[in-house]
Amino acid sequence: MTRAMTITEKILADHAGLDAVSPGDLVNARVDVALGNDITAPIAIREFRELGAQKVFDRERVILVPDHFTPAKDIKSAIQVKTVREFAMEQELVHWYEGGESGVEHALLPEKGLVVPGDLVIGADSHTCTYGALGAFATGVGSTDLAAAMATGEVWLKVPETIRFVFNGAPGPWVEGKDLVLYTIGKIGVDGALYQAMEFTGPAIDNLSMAGRFTICNMAIEAGGKNGIIAPDAKTLAYVEGRGLRKHTLFSSDPDARYIKTIVFDCSQIEPQVAFPHLPENTRPVSQAGDVPIHQVVIGSCTNGRIEDMRSAARVLKGNKADRRVRLIVIPATPLVWRQAMAEGLFGIFLDAGAVISPPTCGPCLGGHMGILADGERCVATTNRNFVGRMGHAKSEVYLANPAVAAASAVAGKIAHPADVAGK
Amino acid sequence: MQPIEGRVWVFGNDVDTDLIIAARYLNTSDPAELAKHCMEDADPGFAAKVQAGDIIVAGKNFGCGSSREHAPISIKAAGAACVIARDFARIFYRNAFNTGLPILECAGVSGIQSGARLRVDFDKGVITVLDSGETHVTKPIPPFMQELLAAGGLMPYIKRKLAARV
Repeated sequence: MTRAMTITEKILADHAGLDAVSPGDLVNARVDVALGNDITAPIAIREFRELGAQKVFDRERVILVPDHFTPAKDIKSAIQVKTVREFAMEQELVHWYEGGESGVEHALLPEKGLVVPGDLVIGADSHTCTYGALGAFATGVGSTDLAAAMATGEVWLKVPETIRFVFNGAPGPWVEGKDLVLYTIGKIGVDGALYQAMEFTGPAIDNLSMAGRFTICNMAIEAGGKNGIIAPDAKTLAYVEGRGLRKHTLFSSDPDARYIKTIVFDCSQIEPQVAFPHLPENTRPVSQAGDVPIHQVVIGSCTNGRIEDMRSAARVLKGNKADRRVRLIVIPATPLVWRQAMAEGLFGIFLDAGAVISPPTCGPCLGGHMGILADGERCVATTNRNFVGRMGHAKSEVYLANPAVAAASAVAGKIAHPADVAGK
Repeated sequence: MQPIEGRVWVFGNDVDTDLIIAARYLNTSDPAELAKHCMEDADPGFAAKVQAGDIIVAGKNFGCGSSREHAPISIKAAGAACVIARDFARIFYRNAFNTGLPILECAGVSGIQSGARLRVDFDKGVITVLDSGETHVTKPIPPFMQELLAAGGLMPYIKRKLAARV
């Protein structure tokens, strides 16, 4: 009889070839997917060569997606993408996506079925934790760790303690996955889950769409978490069905699994949230945001660039126009989201509202391109970080919110509640 | 590893990777280029002022945010010999060792001021403020990690070990 384990512990044990693991154990684990992008892969490729490695461990499992400064924003970025492209070609990688095939990596991989429940994924991008929404263990690493995994197909990991979050109650109108995770970070702080697994449970999670679950797990890193994870259920299976390229394994926590703590929230008490500069923990209910005039709104990113997010923004923007002082930038995260948004007529709503519709890119989220802020400018963004200088000038400001709040703010010209713009 | 002595630069809590190296400079991974912009949005003059062997001291959660290895690379290339913080964000922690930047967790350093001179003994885990003689004890860096740092990071370390086996 093996000991009771959490879902995170079970996936790690499985990939380490062990019957059981405990928090604090160091394990060498098999990697199902190793991911890099145009910022992190160039260093990983350099280190891969430094190691003297010739071939990646599996050309179907090393995935490279240039998405950060793409389409290349300048010569240096183009050189970085070129480095990665040449490596992808040399190694005959199956999953290399560029140009019209490319999308924001953490929206693209699940959509293409490249991550399935039960996987262990490492990515040289901190938001790799997104895939926890599929019931996978996924964590961000640096380029050197990626290089080692590209060569060996393995990674050493310390088994983390797990914090269990229980989301009870029914969230009110306009409250999305983004609000639940911002609220959580506001309560526990940007290091509230340092080195730990964040397991999201409860009826509100059960009722949440896959898009909302991806958003929640995506921001586990903003609380310092090693991974965010949600046990797979019928919704997960429905999502994976027809996409998953590999066989999946369903893991879930044992009822008597050990947690370092359990934190319970009542979602009926949670309003749409806004994280004020310059940390994601500086959250307030939007009703208490006060009078904050803004200059830009960005709707997109690995956090909120999925079709559900586009629909949420469109619902608020329909028949409305962005304030003339606000640049509204909408970035569907993948080619499929783009096509879907276009087919559903959302682009007409966005264009009527005065929006710029960008090709899929991480672009402005990290101050790359496609919407950089000047000094003194403020942006409401559906992205994940509001650090100093994150979207441009060191004296600019980023306010994090869900797509409906961002859309409402674009219309109002200041931080606004969607109900005040769209009614109801 | 030999103990080091250096001048202190103090930063606060939750120093994120965008403060360490802003994403607008991530269109290159050249260490010399990254060094020029180290800590730019926290202290615009830092890269020009910091001298080889200086020591960064900070509060909790140093290196939070992105997985960019450019962060420890820029600190190391700027000349800083070591970062001491109350604790580190986990990806940064791994990246620092993997790129050969020595880091130490120590809660007691929070009172130290910029400009102070420190002596850091990695073997013993002892940090001494040279002017006052006050000492702080932390966990020493274990021998294999010291070897890894001396090699310049994980890859040169593995390469050295593989070569020794032949």
